[in-house]
Amino acid sequence: MADLVSHPDEVRVVSRRFGMGATNLDRYLELDGYKAVQKALGMGTDGIVNEVKNSGLRGRGGAGFSTGMKWSFVPKQASKPKYVLCNGDESEPGTCKDRLIFEHDPHAVIEGVVIAGLAVGSHTGYIYVRGEYRYLLDIMQKAIADAYVRGFLGKNIFGSGYDFDVYWHGGAGAYEVGEESALMESLEGKRGIPRIRPPFPAVVGLWGGPTVINNAETLASVPHIILGGAEWYASLGPPKNGGTRLFCLSGHLKRPGVYELPMGYNLRKMIFEVGGGIPDGRALKAVVPGGSSTPVLKSDEIDIAMDFDSVAKSGSMLGSGGVVVLDETTCMVKFALRTMKFYQHESCGWCIPCREGTDWLKKTLIRFHAGGGVNKDIDNMYYLSENMLGRTFCPLGDAAAMPTMAFIKKFRKEFEDHLDGKPCPFEKAGVVESVLA
Amino acid sequence: MADVNITVDGKKVTAPAGTLLIEACKSVGIEVPSFCYYPNLSLQGACRMCLVKVEKMPKLQTACTTVISEGMIAITDSDEVRQARKGMVELLLGNHPLDCPVCDAGGECELQDMTFSYGAAESKYMEPKNHKEEQQWSPVVYFDRPRCILCYRCVRVCGEGMDVWALGVQNRGVGSIIAPNKEDHLECEECGMCIDICPVGALTSGAYRYKTRPWEMNHVGTTCAHCADGCKTTLGVRRSETGMEIVRGDNRDKSGINGDFLCIKGRYAFDFANREDRFVQPLIRKDGQLAPSTWEEAFELIGKRFKEAREQHGGQAIGVVGSNRTTNEENYLLQKFARVVLQTNNIDHHRTADFPAFAAALRGKPESTASMRDVFNAPAILLIGNDPTEQHPLMAWQIRNNVRLHRAKLYVVNSRDIKLRRQATGFLRIPKGAEGRFAAFLNGDDSVAENLRPVAGTGADAGESRATTQTTPAGFRDQLRSEQNLIIIFGAEIRGGDIASVVKFGSGIAGAKFLYLADYANSRGAADMGLYPDLLPGYHPIADSGKFHQEWGGVPQTPGLTLPEMVDSARSGKLKALYVVGTNPVGRFDIDPFVFSQSFVVVQDMFLTETASLADVVLPAANAYEKSGTFTNTCGDLQLVKKAAEVSGSKSDFEMIVRIADAMGADVHKLVPFGRGTAADMGQSRGAQSGEADRHSVWLEAHGLEPKMSPFDPMAILDEIQRLVPGYEVSRMNLLAGNDQRTSLVGRASGAAQNPELIAPANDHLFSSGTLGRYSRTLNSVMENHDQQPAEF
Repeated sequence: MADLVSHPDEVRVVSRRFGMGATNLDRYLELDGYKAVQKALGMGTDGIVNEVKNSGLRGRGGAGFSTGMKWSFVPKQASKPKYVLCNGDESEPGTCKDRLIFEHDPHAVIEGVVIAGLAVGSHTGYIYVRGEYRYLLDIMQKAIADAYVRGFLGKNIFGSGYDFDVYWHGGAGAYEVGEESALMESLEGKRGIPRIRPPFPAVVGLWGGPTVINNAETLASVPHIILGGAEWYASLGPPKNGGTRLFCLSGHLKRPGVYELPMGYNLRKMIFEVGGGIPDGRALKAVVPGGSSTPVLKSDEIDIAMDFDSVAKSGSMLGSGGVVVLDETTCMVKFALRTMKFYQHESCGWCIPCREGTDWLKKTLIRFHAGGGVNKDIDNMYYLSENMLGRTFCPLGDAAAMPTMAFIKKFRKEFEDHLDGKPCPFEKAGVVESVLA
Repeated sequence: MADVNITVDGKKVTAPAGTLLIEACKSVGIEVPSFCYYPNLSLQGACRMCLVKVEKMPKLQTACTTVISEGMIAITDSDEVRQARKGMVELLLGNHPLDCPVCDAGGECELQDMTFSYGAAESKYMEPKNHKEEQQWSPVVYFDRPRCILCYRCVRVCGEGMDVWALGVQNRGVGSIIAPNKEDHLECEECGMCIDICPVGALTSGAYRYKTRPWEMNHVGTTCAHCADGCKTTLGVRRSETGMEIVRGDNRDKSGINGDFLCIKGRYAFDFANREDRFVQPLIRKDGQLAPSTWEEAFELIGKRFKEAREQHGGQAIGVVGSNRTTNEENYLLQKFARVVLQTNNIDHHRTADFPAFAAALRGKPESTASMRDVFNAPAILLIGNDPTEQHPLMAWQIRNNVRLHRAKLYVVNSRDIKLRRQATGFLRIPKGAEGRFAAFLNGDDSVAENLRPVAGTGADAGESRATTQTTPAGFRDQLRSEQNLIIIFGAEIRGGDIASVVKFGSGIAGAKFLYLADYANSRGAADMGLYPDLLPGYHPIADSGKFHQEWGGVPQTPGLTLPEMVDSARSGKLKALYVVGTNPVGRFDIDPFVFSQSFVVVQDMFLTETASLADVVLPAANAYEKSGTFTNTCGDLQLVKKAAEVSGSKSDFEMIVRIADAMGADVHKLVPFGRGTAADMGQSRGAQSGEADRHSVWLEAHGLEPKMSPFDPMAILDEIQRLVPGYEVSRMNLLAGNDQRTSLVGRASGAAQNPELIAPANDHLFSSGTLGRYSRTLNSVMENHDQQPAEF
């Protein structure tokens, strides 16, 4: 378990109970636990949906879609049961925030799931936890069991007459399953491949029923919105980007860790003040602002507000909040290769461009980094990425193509330095580390 | 559904709401390429070839998953779209082995076509291609992984289309691989649909692989020689040392009543033609041994002996046994030859269903039989007895996919848990042999209801409790009565008067149609053409032979002997001659071979079967793939049989009948009305190696203008069949162009229940096919063919 970090600029909402023993249900109740769901029980479906809509809460999984809006798409009347899904398949490299929520505040997730259920008229929720988070599944299991014992889950929750069941489910180790429809396939016991949309999950989702699926951080934010009110939450961030966000600072930083900062917090400040800056006096080279799938920003591009709209304007994405900081000693070709190895490994293989494209990019980058590159490789890699971008079945192909294009566009010189049989200039003594693994 | 207007490439297109964009484009001749999209299979969106620009959408959209909406504007041909397609082909070719020069699919490959259309000739990659060794999954299915483009068509056609679910996808990413159900091999119905549907050469056929290049074959569209469903099959033939050899069977252009479908028999079981134990010279018994002879010698001997028998003992001393696998023209000619030249009504065949009773029951309702096409579109189907999955694979395909695609309701009545139960809305298990009782119950005889309950603890799945709709017979019947346009399909378990009960029940249902299941390729045709001792073609009773009497110049007036009666007659020494055409009664009915020791026996066959080996003269016959004519399937769909292959030394049964008549001194002109037309055409020219239908000759033939100068031309007798056999007045033009034509069953036979005990269902399964199946190496090679005892000898 990771040590917790803190910084005075933090605004603690989702992370309020981190490190306070809230996995213990009694402790959680002392810390205002399960108050939100009791309040929500009296708000009515529209009341909850409007409150969340007005809070400006946007999906913390990466796409940034308005949560309240998503909930409002679920039909009121349905012939099949409705479901609430918590997407805890956190797998984006550079992202480790849901992990802390499950570890320190599992009941907040449960509470969020129940409130979402109340909002859409569902009686069943599933919490899907990433397969590699096996130890967190134990925590989650216990939390659910405890909640059942107290009557917070199951029949007639809090004596309200409303029934709500929550089940946990562990993944089998696939990044792709973080995609909402692939997650539903996985949950149904099938191969984790995405579904054709439309129909969207809100109409036809898990087992064909209308389904709300939200990221764990999103759901964990909901109880705080219900208790604190939409206005308060919205005011924490800039317009249309309500609330706070767990930013996962990693890479070449003095104080890496997960910090909860208001939406719109300046990226440069985040790196140099919150994260403590680059160690050993080295210079900043680049920042990946929102997980490995987001286009890289050069050191002179980081004076931006970290909210969905501002980062998009800068040509990248806020994504899942995984800020990866790279200093001047980093070889961008190697970084591109490391990124591509991940996507090649995680491509589900369903559609041609992603399956074949990631593999060829990986193969080319391995050779290229080792000094076997030829000039046309650079353009070929860019061309290949262009052919994947926007043409794959699901966003995984984009996630592989976008950063690659950014690496080539913004650091072309570094690629060119690898040409003509020259070994990687960043490797010590000219020995290129084997990257075949 | 209401129509929706869209614009594609500036063209206005109107299509019903719910139409997919790719289909809407197709309807106006705009081709949108695709690998994974396949009509009637679930949508995948996986190959990304069909990406098109749809206005107001930021990204390119897959035309195969986009449903058209009013006012939609799509562009299928722009630089962006073309580049997207080219990009996909480039990615596919990256790992593709490009072994086109030795690939079975070379020349018939969708990936080749797409590459040709969209470019991608320049190779952008330097790394080695991913490789995996080729695998053999069964004697008939091979998988070459590197060629696979993962379009998942095979997975879907096996699962959704066949309900077999033997293929799946393993691993992920670039390691994804199509995998068979038994880890390293397949155990399935071996239909080969996966091979047929594969757009590239990844799945190849054990029968065909590495045999030829596609363009070196001629393709002849004909009708399958096996079961009674009548699938259209395109045979790929090549010149061989002994004539023309069949190297491939498929339904190349997806036309005909079966569309995509063929089963293992249609796809692979043509190999009996090339067996080395097939005899290709006439054999005459000399000193107790069958010895090769010349055709002249053989015909002379047969003519002499048949004539002697007729003149010394009368026609009643001669017996004729016809076949379920000879053409309508041959069957018609055979019974005409028997009645006119041999002067006997002693003619019979292996009856696998009671068509006379069926015809009698349908008296006055000639249009109420269902076609194979109807089975795919009916809103409701009742299936009594039979197991179509085993015995009628196409029928099962039609039923299954009607349920899947049109939500048809299927009611199954069976003593066993047949596979189609999975598609059934209602299932009623009855005791074995109670099908007739059920027919009576349907018709309102409630006294038998108690006897319809299966005995507890019996049957193949005794002790198994499965929670499905196990209704009472009465509830089941009520449900059926509430249906409309019901097709009632029943097997040969129902015969004689029970058929009338079923028809009577059906007559109370608006729009009901009937379908009776016989066993072999031309079982229905044999019955329609009058291979009966007491019925003339079209189920005319002998007593009512007026038209035929006049036309043929006399028909013996007393009904002849049935097959068992002929055997008795031979035993008592009265049957002096027996003429067996394309059938094996001694093996099939386990007849004591010594019975025929006093009869002169002539057999026309390909192999020395139990019957042929006791004959005095054996004539080498051409099989259904080596001659022309027509077959009528069990539904009454009339289809063309076209000559595809040839094995030198054999003759068609048609020619041999005519030659025997000639050797007897009969007037061949009276037997076959040939000789009309303008130019000579000696020999059987039709269809032979000429490839697909020659439009010019189709027109000539359709208008009766083609030569027909040869007495061996089956078309000459088709004229007579169309003129004299009720129900066969179909469009010649359509028939000859290769389309199935509906015949109607005009009920005339008065005695409905004539000898139902003579009905002997063959009970073939998926991997057996009577005598033919016995001589097919492929059918015998698959491990699923567990039945060590061939169903028919």
